[in-house]
Amino acid sequence: MSLINLFFIVFLGIIVFILYFHISNSFLDYYGKKTNKQYGFENSVRVIIFIAPAFIILFIFILYPVFETIRLSFYDKFGREFVGFYNYKWAVNDPEFRRSILNNIGWLLIVPTFSTFFGLVIANLADRIWWGSIAKSIIFMPMAISFVGAGVIWKFIYEYRGPGDTQIGLLNAVIVYLGYEPQAWLTIPVWNNIFLMAIMIWIQTGLALVIFSAALRGIPKEMLEAARIDGASEVRIFFSIIIPYLEQTILVIWTIITILVLKIFDIIFAMTNGEWQTGVLANLMYDWMFRGGGDSGRGSVLAFVIMIGVIPILAWNLYKHKQEQKI
Amino acid sequence: MKKFSITSILSQFLLLLFVIVWIMPTFGLFISSLRDKDLLAISGWWTSLTTTKVNEIYRMSGMESQIKENDYFVIKGKLFDHNSGKKIESFGITSKKINEFIVGEIATFKDDTQVTVNESGEYIWKSNNEFTKKKGKRLFITSLSPPSFTLDNYKEVLFKEGIGQAFLNTTAVALPSTLIPLIICSFFAYALTWMKFFGRDTLLAIIIASLVVPLQMSLIPILTIYNDFGALFGVASKSYPGVWMAHTGFGLASTTFLLRNFIKSLPNEMMEAAKVDGASHYDIFIRIIIPLSIPAFASIFILQFLWCWNDLLVGLVFLDQVPSEIILTAKLKELLGSRGENWEILTTGAFVSMTVPLFIFFALQRYFIRGLVAGSVKG
Repeated sequence: MSLINLFFIVFLGIIVFILYFHISNSFLDYYGKKTNKQYGFENSVRVIIFIAPAFIILFIFILYPVFETIRLSFYDKFGREFVGFYNYKWAVNDPEFRRSILNNIGWLLIVPTFSTFFGLVIANLADRIWWGSIAKSIIFMPMAISFVGAGVIWKFIYEYRGPGDTQIGLLNAVIVYLGYEPQAWLTIPVWNNIFLMAIMIWIQTGLALVIFSAALRGIPKEMLEAARIDGASEVRIFFSIIIPYLEQTILVIWTIITILVLKIFDIIFAMTNGEWQTGVLANLMYDWMFRGGGDSGRGSVLAFVIMIGVIPILAWNLYKHKQEQKI
Repeated sequence: MKKFSITSILSQFLLLLFVIVWIMPTFGLFISSLRDKDLLAISGWWTSLTTTKVNEIYRMSGMESQIKENDYFVIKGKLFDHNSGKKIESFGITSKKINEFIVGEIATFKDDTQVTVNESGEYIWKSNNEFTKKKGKRLFITSLSPPSFTLDNYKEVLFKEGIGQAFLNTTAVALPSTLIPLIICSFFAYALTWMKFFGRDTLLAIIIASLVVPLQMSLIPILTIYNDFGALFGVASKSYPGVWMAHTGFGLASTTFLLRNFIKSLPNEMMEAAKVDGASHYDIFIRIIIPLSIPAFASIFILQFLWCWNDLLVGLVFLDQVPSEIILTAKLKELLGSRGENWEILTTGAFVSMTVPLFIFFALQRYFIRGLVAGSVKG
C-alpha cells in the first residue's frame, strides 16, 4: 500500500463515523427546533443515535461471541453437530492441554507476584532518591514495547552458541565468564518457562511501579515521620506501614496482571511457539483454530477455560460496581 | 544521621542495580542494530563499546589475481574494507600459532612462498614459482577494532526485508483502530452518564463485565462471521476495515469505561445551564464535553494506540499474512522463524517496530501514566 492510499483509507474509515454522528444529530436538532412538542420522541431518537454504533459493535464483538463460543464448545469441529461434552472430555485427556494448564498456573503464580513485588520495591526506592524519576522512566519503558519486540530482545539475551564459540547472548556470556557451560536456555523443559516469564515480569513491573508511585503519594507524610522518629528502620516501615496501606492497590495490580497473564500468547508464540513444553492455553487455542483446517469445538473449549479464569474477577468487579451505585 | 546515610547509599545502589538490569536488554538490542553484521555474528554487543581485539580468519585471493613483478609472482589484495577502522596487530599462517608474526614481518609458508600484511589489511604474497591453486591460503588475523557503528542494517531492513511496508501497514491498522473507538465511545459514555433511558444501568454493568472478557472468547465466532460475510458479498474476508472493527470491539469496553468515569467527574451545573439555554445533547457534547475531555482523550488515545500498534493476535487472525497486509509484529515473528540467525535483521527490525511506541512514551509519558493509573482504579 502506498502512502497516499494509506492516508486515504485511514481518513475514509474515520470520517464515516464522524459524518454519521454529525448528520444524524444535526438533522435531529433541526427537526427538534421545528416541532417543539415532540420532545420525548426526539430524546429517544437521540439516545439511539448516541449509543447505537457502540452497542452494535459491543454486541457483535463481545456479547454474541461469548455465548456463541460456549455453544460451539458443545459442537463438532465444524460447529454443525451437537456432541455434548465430547470436546471437554478430549481436553481433560489431552497431554498438551494438561501441560498448558500447568504452565498457565505457573505463569499466574509467578508473574503477578514478582511484578508486583519489584514494582513496590522500586516505587519505594525511587520515591526517596533525587534521580528516582529517571529510574522510574527507564524501568517503565518496556511497557511501551510490544511482546514480540520484547521477545526479540530477550531471545538475543538467551542466544546460545556451542561451548567453543564466542557467546553473543548476554546470559551465556556471563555464564561462560563465570566458568560454567553455556546452555540453550529456551529448550530446557520446565525451566524455560521461567525464562519466558522473566520477559513478562520485565514488562509488567513498570505497570506496577507507576501505579504504586501514584498510590505512595497518598500515604500521610506525618505517619512515616512519626515512625522514623520512633526509630523504626526503613525495612520495618515498608512492611508495617506501606504494605498494609497499599493493600487495595496491591490487589488491583495483582488482578490486572493476572488478567493479562491468563491471555498470554505473543511471548510464547514468538519465542518457542509452545515447543519444549512451554505451551499455554492461548497458544493451544490459536493452534486448534487452524490445525487440521481448524476445530471450532476444541478451540472454543480452550477459550472457555481461559474465560473461567476471569469469572471470579468479573463477579468481584460487578459486585463492587453495585456497591458504588448504592452510595 | 549516619545510619540514614548508609540506608540511602544502599537504596541508591539497589535502585541502580534495578535500572541496569532493566535497561540492559533494550540497550543491547539498540547497539546491536547499529553494528556491522559480520561483527555482530561473532562477538557480543558489549565488546563493541570499547576497542577490542578480534581474531579472524581470512583467505587470500587465488591464482587468478597473480601478477608478475620482476622475477616473482605476486598476489596483492585487501583482507577487509579499510573504512571499518580495524588495525591489525599480528597475524599467523597456521591455526596453531595465530599471532606468530607482528604486522609488517614476513612469514614464510611451507612451500617457500612469502607473505606480509600491513596494519590496514593489505597483503603481499610472493612466490618464485607461478601460483597454481584456485583458492588462496588462509591468514589468521588479530586486530584491534575501535567502536564503529553503521546504519546499513536499517537500510537493509526497511527496504529489502519488507519491514518498511509492514510499518505502513501497522500505521494503517493502528490509527483508525484508535480513533474510531474514541469517537463512538465518547458518545456512548456521554449517553451512559447524562442521558436517561431504559436499561442504562444494565448496559453499564455489561460494560464492566466486558472489561475482563478475554479476547480469545471472540476469535472463533468473529472469524466465522467475517468468512460468511466475505462469501456472501464476494469480498475478502480479511481486510483493514475488518481489523479496525475488531480492535474497536475489543477496546470498546475499556475506552467507554474510562471516558465515562471522566465525563462523570465534570461539573453538573454546566450541563444544566446549557440545557436551560436550549442546547441539545449534541450541542452540549460538542461545545462542552469535547473541549473539557481533551486530556482524557489524550490518555485513552495513547493506551489504545499502543495496544493496537503492539498487538499480534488480532493482526494474525484477521489479516492475510501477505506483504500488503502483514503488520510489524507478525512480520517480526515471521523473521524470527526464517532469519533466526540473522541478528542484524532481527535486532534492527525489532528496533524499527519500537520507534513509534518509544517516541510516544518519551514525548507523552505523563498522559500514558495518567491513563494507566485511571484504568487501574476500576479494580
